[in-house]
Amino acid sequence: MGVLSLIIKREFISKVRNKSFIVMTFVSPIIFVAVAALIGYLSSMKTEVKHIGIHDESGMFVNEFKNSESYKYHNVSKIDPKLLKDSVSQANYEGVLFIPKKDNLKDYEKAIEYVSEDSPSLGFIANTESKLSEKLLRKNLTNQGVDTILLDKSKIDVTMHLTKASGEETVKGVNEIKIGVGAIFGYLIMMFIIIYGNMVMRSVIEEKTSRIIEIIISSIKPIQLMMGKIIGTTLAGILQFVIWAIVGVVLLVVANVLLGLNTSSPTTEMISKAPEYNQLLSNVTIIFMEIKKLPLLSMAVYFLIYFIGGYFLYSSLYAAIGAAVDNETDTQQFMFPVIMPLMLGVYIGFFTVMNEPHGTVATIFSMIPFTSPIVMLMRIPFGVPFYEIALSIALLFATFIAIVWVAAKIYRVGILMYGKKPTWKELIKWLKY
Amino acid sequence: MKPILQVNNVVKKYGDKTALNNISLDIPQGSIFGLLGPNGAGKTSLIRIINQITFPDSGEILLDGEKLSPHHVKHIGYMPEERGLYKSMKVGEQALYLAQLKGISKDEAKKQLKYWFDKLEIGDWWNKKIQELSKGMAQKIQFVVTVLHQPKLLIFDEPFSGFDPVNANIIKDEILELKEKGSTIIFSTHRMESVEEMCDEIALIHKSNKLLDGSLVDIKKQFRSNTFDLGINALNPNQLKDFLNAKYQIEDTFFKSLDNELKLSVKLNDRSANELLNDVLPFGQVTHFSEKIPSINDIFIQTVTNN
Repeated sequence: MGVLSLIIKREFISKVRNKSFIVMTFVSPIIFVAVAALIGYLSSMKTEVKHIGIHDESGMFVNEFKNSESYKYHNVSKIDPKLLKDSVSQANYEGVLFIPKKDNLKDYEKAIEYVSEDSPSLGFIANTESKLSEKLLRKNLTNQGVDTILLDKSKIDVTMHLTKASGEETVKGVNEIKIGVGAIFGYLIMMFIIIYGNMVMRSVIEEKTSRIIEIIISSIKPIQLMMGKIIGTTLAGILQFVIWAIVGVVLLVVANVLLGLNTSSPTTEMISKAPEYNQLLSNVTIIFMEIKKLPLLSMAVYFLIYFIGGYFLYSSLYAAIGAAVDNETDTQQFMFPVIMPLMLGVYIGFFTVMNEPHGTVATIFSMIPFTSPIVMLMRIPFGVPFYEIALSIALLFATFIAIVWVAAKIYRVGILMYGKKPTWKELIKWLKY
Repeated sequence: MKPILQVNNVVKKYGDKTALNNISLDIPQGSIFGLLGPNGAGKTSLIRIINQITFPDSGEILLDGEKLSPHHVKHIGYMPEERGLYKSMKVGEQALYLAQLKGISKDEAKKQLKYWFDKLEIGDWWNKKIQELSKGMAQKIQFVVTVLHQPKLLIFDEPFSGFDPVNANIIKDEILELKEKGSTIIFSTHRMESVEEMCDEIALIHKSNKLLDGSLVDIKKQFRSNTFDLGINALNPNQLKDFLNAKYQIEDTFFKSLDNELKLSVKLNDRSANELLNDVLPFGQVTHFSEKIPSINDIFIQTVTNN
């Protein structure tokens, strides 16, 4: 057996046998499902009904407000405004809408007042304002002699069909799906790098502090140890992810059965809402069809390529940091420059790629090797020309090789250095040893 | 005897600090070679180069006449001064792993491991983790790991530090036995008494330079000063001193004895020991007469302080 496979095997076994690994592997999905169930339970609870008073001196608007699940409107036009304001502060009403009587409709622009103890939500304000201005518009039109009923009848809703130049039909909301798929991939890579990169770093520090390092590198080359460590830890990480996926799916199925959230057989309530349900069903079908339409196979391949490139790039940096320091507390000063590009990648992915997947910023950051594994993966579902992907991958792997070389140098010197906390300047000096 | 290891003009620099300045050494086959020097002299740098942990800036190292290359690691066993093993790994697994890294098969490693565990009576430690063992016990494992792959060349950096006297003696005997079986041993140590006791050859490194090397006997001859310790129950000590002062250089000295006699160290100044003995016999009863053999300790201190 080659030495590299010996090292990989040892690293893998020592990670997998570790108690915290076992606990993490089996407890995390349980916590995850528990949190998901808790959120589901909380959001399925009825929200508290808010009581809103409407003091309408004109009598024109009060009927426009219909009770909903979360808001109940009360006509309090007969009650003295002063008394009403008191009742707001005593929390009888969430808030009261004061509408004065104006002869000129234009005067309503600034005349309406909403009094409440807590500031109202943005949705509530927008909703109320649009109701009021809609009513005013209709009133104005009627005053001008326009038949509003006729107007309603002549309204035509337009839904655009989105078609690609190639002739394929797309559906609205598909961008959200693409962003979702890309975001999941990008996020997975970031999490994996942070969790397992740290594991690599800790394992290097452990070898350094236990002083076994000198014995090992008298038998093999430091780069063999470093690569073996990274690969062994990666395999342990992949195993953990696979277990999480399996346990997660099983738990979700169990939770579904236990909580009776069986969606396959329509209940009477659902049948009574048949059209809506059918609508929902067709939407779901469309979404699935869209996901199917994504180049899943090539995305999986790209995911793998970027995952390997990005993960090795970063974990060799983590290994170099581990080699440079004596204990974990000294790692702080080196961690920030490593985590920053990862964070940057995720932010750019979420804010720039979502709006402009092929814009300049997104394109540049999908080329820079430290952010490309995240940003490019988020761009790929939108369709990226092959030459861009090829260039980005070439850059990533060229940098990866350069970084592994640099990290191996720092690693080789660092593992034998004890006692002093190295500075950046010193690390650069080590490259020349 | 033909050297198993030849170090030829090795230079090693760390930045602008020189760790080894043009060092050349021959380590004879089957010898115990003492590598001496104060802290920071460059011993560990040299040992790391021999182990191919680091590489010289210039110069070369030959093992059995061949230029040192990666396949030689299985012929070398190294016990560093800073001992270390995987704390949470089981003793047996760990020893097997480290032996396999040296390039021997698992079955061979198991066979050897059983031999050593039986020999040192530590067979029941197989399934224990290093963190459950005492420091001395872990040191024994460390020793076994070093010799397990039956290397031709063994390098021990401060082998006895951390051992209690009983275990230190066991390890010393094992090292001597390995030498009998044909291994060559390099010793790096500060403990001069173990150098006196065990080493055939030594080299002294100070401030990255080699100050002296050769066989222990030759070096001692080189440092002999033709000085004799003399003990005599003289009737008239002052008269004796005056007489000796004219011909020799004398100093008061001290050595252990049962009588309360006059104790002198006498430098011969090109005269023979017999002449001195003849000269002093008339003055009284001679109780003690021996050549002052320089101890390695003296040679070490003298050489280092003179440079």
